[in-house]
Amino acid sequence: MERKPLTLAEKTYMPQIVSGLGITFKNMFRKKVTMEYPEVKPPIPEGYRGQPALVKDPDGREKCVSCQLCEFVCPPKAISIIPGSIPEDSEHANVEKAPEEFDIDMLRCIYCGLCEEVCPEEAIFLQDNYSINGLSREELVFNKEKLYDIGGVREDEHFKWKKKKEAEVSGNPHH
Amino acid sequence: MSEDKKDQLITINVDGKDYEVPPGMNLIQAVEKYAQKEIPHYCYHEKLSVAGNCRMCLVEMGTPMRDRATGEPILDDNGVQKIGWMPKPAIACNSNTSPGLHIKTDSPLVKDCRNGIMEFLLVNHPLDCPICDQAGECRLQEFATEYGRGYSRFIEDKNVKPKRTRLGPRVTLDDERCILCSRCIRFSQEIAKDDVLGFVDRGSYSTLSCYPGKELANNYSLNTVDICPVGALTDTDFRFKMRVWFLKQAKSICTESSVGVNTVVWAREGKIYRITPRQNDGVNDTWMSDSGRRLYNLVESEMRLLAAKFKKDVVTTEKAIEKAVDILKGAKFGIVGNTQSSVEEMAGIQSLAKSHGAPVMFVGHIQEGDDLLISKDATPNTRGALLTGLTKALPYRQRDVVGRNLKKGEMKTLVVFNEDLIEAGVDKSLLEQVDIIYVGSQQNATSEMAKVVIPSQVVFEKAGSFVNQNFRLQKFEACIPAPQGVKSDAAIITSLRAGLGDEDASSSLAKIWESLSSDVKEFEDLSYSRIPDEGVQLDGSRFDQLNYIETGSLHYEAQPELAETA
Ligand code: SF4
Ligand code: SF4
Ligand code: SF4
Ligand code: SF4
Ligand code: FES
Repeated sequence: MERKPLTLAEKTYMPQIVSGLGITFKNMFRKKVTMEYPEVKPPIPEGYRGQPALVKDPDGREKCVSCQLCEFVCPPKAISIIPGSIPEDSEHANVEKAPEEFDIDMLRCIYCGLCEEVCPEEAIFLQDNYSINGLSREELVFNKEKLYDIGGVREDEHFKWKKKKEAEVSGNPHH
Repeated sequence: MSEDKKDQLITINVDGKDYEVPPGMNLIQAVEKYAQKEIPHYCYHEKLSVAGNCRMCLVEMGTPMRDRATGEPILDDNGVQKIGWMPKPAIACNSNTSPGLHIKTDSPLVKDCRNGIMEFLLVNHPLDCPICDQAGECRLQEFATEYGRGYSRFIEDKNVKPKRTRLGPRVTLDDERCILCSRCIRFSQEIAKDDVLGFVDRGSYSTLSCYPGKELANNYSLNTVDICPVGALTDTDFRFKMRVWFLKQAKSICTESSVGVNTVVWAREGKIYRITPRQNDGVNDTWMSDSGRRLYNLVESEMRLLAAKFKKDVVTTEKAIEKAVDILKGAKFGIVGNTQSSVEEMAGIQSLAKSHGAPVMFVGHIQEGDDLLISKDATPNTRGALLTGLTKALPYRQRDVVGRNLKKGEMKTLVVFNEDLIEAGVDKSLLEQVDIIYVGSQQNATSEMAKVVIPSQVVFEKAGSFVNQNFRLQKFEACIPAPQGVKSDAAIITSLRAGLGDEDASSSLAKIWESLSSDVKEFEDLSYSRIPDEGVQLDGSRFDQLNYIETGSLHYEAQPELAETA
């Protein structure tokens, strides 16, 4: 195919450079669409499914009662629990049961959220953290302490066990 | 069913369909067995008296109508006898089958009844499922899902009752969960004959408790936990240990005594959590002893042998077997068998003894019996030793066979299977004169003296069969994997025999049974896979002249002569 010969202006490349720089300068003063991850992190929407963690209620009681439903439902079997009992002299003795050990293998977790969904005690919630890293496999099996650190305290709508304890103390008159 | 004679059957009608059933049979059972329908129930238990207090089993019932004056059947327009339906529902658990009986198990009225009963039961029931050990096998949960309304209309405060009550050394009671079915009370009265439980207070304050100053301590107390339809009675030992839905079940046989109680072993990831009875109406009905439930402690006991030893040094099992073979090759040896061994292991020992002319000796083990499910013979397979020909006399009727044989001084080596000869009273100085090869799962004074120690599997780690006091052949399955390097007795015997040059040595159950069925008259036509779950009754008449020690038990009658002298 026959090529059109270049004009003089085209031969100097000047118009192209100027128009190119024009685009560059225009974008320099526009709002940025990229962000400087990891220094800057994107906002995480409500209901995001990140790493699962255990939570405490406002009284500081660990909410998990080691019913092991999450362990059962977890598709990749990331959770392993050793159930235990709460000592009789504890202020939460009426809850009777709490996990002795509670491990989640973050390398196995697929952030499906089934554990949160199945939990009858509202004790496990998926957090907004998605960046979980470490230098060894062992490091990424989070134990109970770590999971409570991550989960922190969460508001409670029911205070089921507290009410139960109050009922036990006041009793209901029966003679 | 072969035992129901055809001409005796009657017809009943369940939900519009006719079924042939035996007359006078309990309705819940008849409907379950012949119509394959479950009538939901709480208080009814097949092996206990009928209490009729939970009302869950309400059904509509009707009988064919007859004229009161003449007794003539009343027919409808089509010439079919009319059914007189009772105006109100009736409980199925307290009704028996009768000719022409009609029942409806899923009519709107029946469904409404169940819905109402469930609502009443749940009114004061705590929200304990997440911490309740019964969850997953709870009749209340199951029937609430099936027949309940799905939400609660009760906004008042729930009753408060005692929780975490210690009823006895092994049973914990949560009264809030109790649905007052009285099964546990009836069990204590009728089966355990230890009347310690009862209800106090009335109405919604009714509470199960022990009579003052008493506790539920008998050796059958944990059966109340099994039959409690809810999580009110829990096993203190199993409490909070593991959720039942994780546990794998395997059928086993209790080794506590020659009764041969059928059991289910519940394990997860190689760890046994509990043992419960398995129904066998010819052996243990639906019960078992508390002591038998704890036998799984053998698996992880401190005395468990886990490593093979040669002259006190730890060696591999293969090496230990090699050494044992070397020792056995040289000199005349004797074998101390054990009536804890399975029929298959005994067959192996028998072949070993026969081909090398070794005498087989036994040590007897007797205990206090309770005439229920623990017999005086403390081992599960004495009859197996008789049948396989390993012994002609009853071990517990012989006095110090081992000692007497050792005194003759012919034997240079003793192969001991799981037996503590020191404890059995054999003279230590006699034992010191021979080399001992000890094959067993537990460490004891004899294994300490042994030149070669070969660790072996406990009953939960292997499969095999026992013959109980009624000459009932029953098999058990392997429930958990054995620790690494620990072999079954059958495999060890096979290796020993192979090392000694026996050519037919095999530890496969099928192979062993091939020779058993040809060698032993009573085992004719049997093979391991052909033993049904409930066992096979064998003919034990060949050994009738032996003086068995057992007195009666649930399904065993003592020998006539013995009963007279006892
Ligand atoms: S989010 Fe899913 S995969 Fe992760 S622990 Fe929960 S149930 Fe398991
Ligand atoms: S489901 Fe909830 S209460 Fe149950 S073990 Fe998991 S976190 Fe604990
Ligand atoms: S008895 Fe059944 S329904 Fe009641 S708390 Fe226990 S599991 Fe739940
Ligand atoms: S404790 Fe269990 S078996 Fe006993 S009456 Fe209550 S519900 Fe029934
Ligand atoms: S089972 Fe019939 S009333 Fe309870």
